[in-house]
Amino acid sequence: MKLTILTAISGLAVLVFIFELVRRRQLREKYAVLWGVVGIVVIPLALFPSVLNPLSRAIGVASGVSLVLFLAVVFLLVVCIHLSWEVSRLEEETRTLAEDIALLRTELRERVNQ
Amino acid sequence: MINGKRVLIVIPAWNEEASVADVVREVRGELPGVGVLVVDDGSKDRTHEMAAQAGATVARLPYNLGVGGAMRLGYRYGYENHYDVVIQIDADGQHDPRYVPKLVDALDDADFVIGARFAGEGDYNVHGPRKWAMTLLSIALSRMAHAKLTDTTSGFRAANRRTVELFAHWYPVEYLGDTIEVLVRLLRNEYRIVQVPVTMRPRQAGTPSHSPIKSTVYLARAALIFCLSMVRK
Repeated sequence: MKLTILTAISGLAVLVFIFELVRRRQLREKYAVLWGVVGIVVIPLALFPSVLNPLSRAIGVASGVSLVLFLAVVFLLVVCIHLSWEVSRLEEETRTLAEDIALLRTELRERVNQ
Repeated sequence: MINGKRVLIVIPAWNEEASVADVVREVRGELPGVGVLVVDDGSKDRTHEMAAQAGATVARLPYNLGVGGAMRLGYRYGYENHYDVVIQIDADGQHDPRYVPKLVDALDDADFVIGARFAGEGDYNVHGPRKWAMTLLSIALSRMAHAKLTDTTSGFRAANRRTVELFAHWYPVEYLGDTIEVLVRLLRNEYRIVQVPVTMRPRQAGTPSHSPIKSTVYLARAALIFCLSMVRK
């Protein structure tokens, strides 16, 4: 019983934290939605962990808690891959911007010298 | 103008204040009438001042991108300023600009020309995994090119207008991507690559690493880049 309260409070804390970040315009909406949905799914599961038992039994996992843990790991892995992808894209974008700045400065200098 | 073509020499330089001015002066002395662009790749020293004083056009990147990043900037500059040929020369003085007309002539029937060390001559001695990597690469790329390519990692290379156009939009920034992946992509898209023998001079600064661990890592990275570039779109 104590464990369910702990996890529910954690889920709630995450929700509040996400909301606060969005309110301060520190987090883009697409990420806020993602983590908000996670929080909303986690809180009822934390309070009533047995609701997943029928589903987990149907697919051959011993308990609902194991299923949640497994899904959480997969989900976090996917999020990490997504972030690596975003960083790669951002690096490519900053690279193009750096080139643009260098070209503009060169052009400016050539015109001043003429 | 060389052989009726507008030629741009691009010199990527990162903290090369000791040698870049001499290289620029030598290029301008040997090759009057070519454009000289030094790409200062986020240097912390006075590279850009030395290059500008020696008479080069200087493009300064705000932070270090690596040779590949500097070269795409060079190709973009060449493309936007309507050069017919862009030639890469290292800032450390190991490439002799007197070979440039030979490279330009070779572009008559090729899209990309590599200035390659003679077998043995002007060699810096490489051993072990680094040597194997270079041998394997030259075998694989020669077969793809239907031409002998012995020095695939040479930084002395010439591109015609068609290749410059490609490189202005696409040029890998990763380590070794600028040498290996570039060649693979050109060959897979039916660009013609040939090599021209040149004598390299000893570098004015810096030596390749001989540590066995580093050269094994080099072999692994080269193999990875090669395999990736074979399957990439």
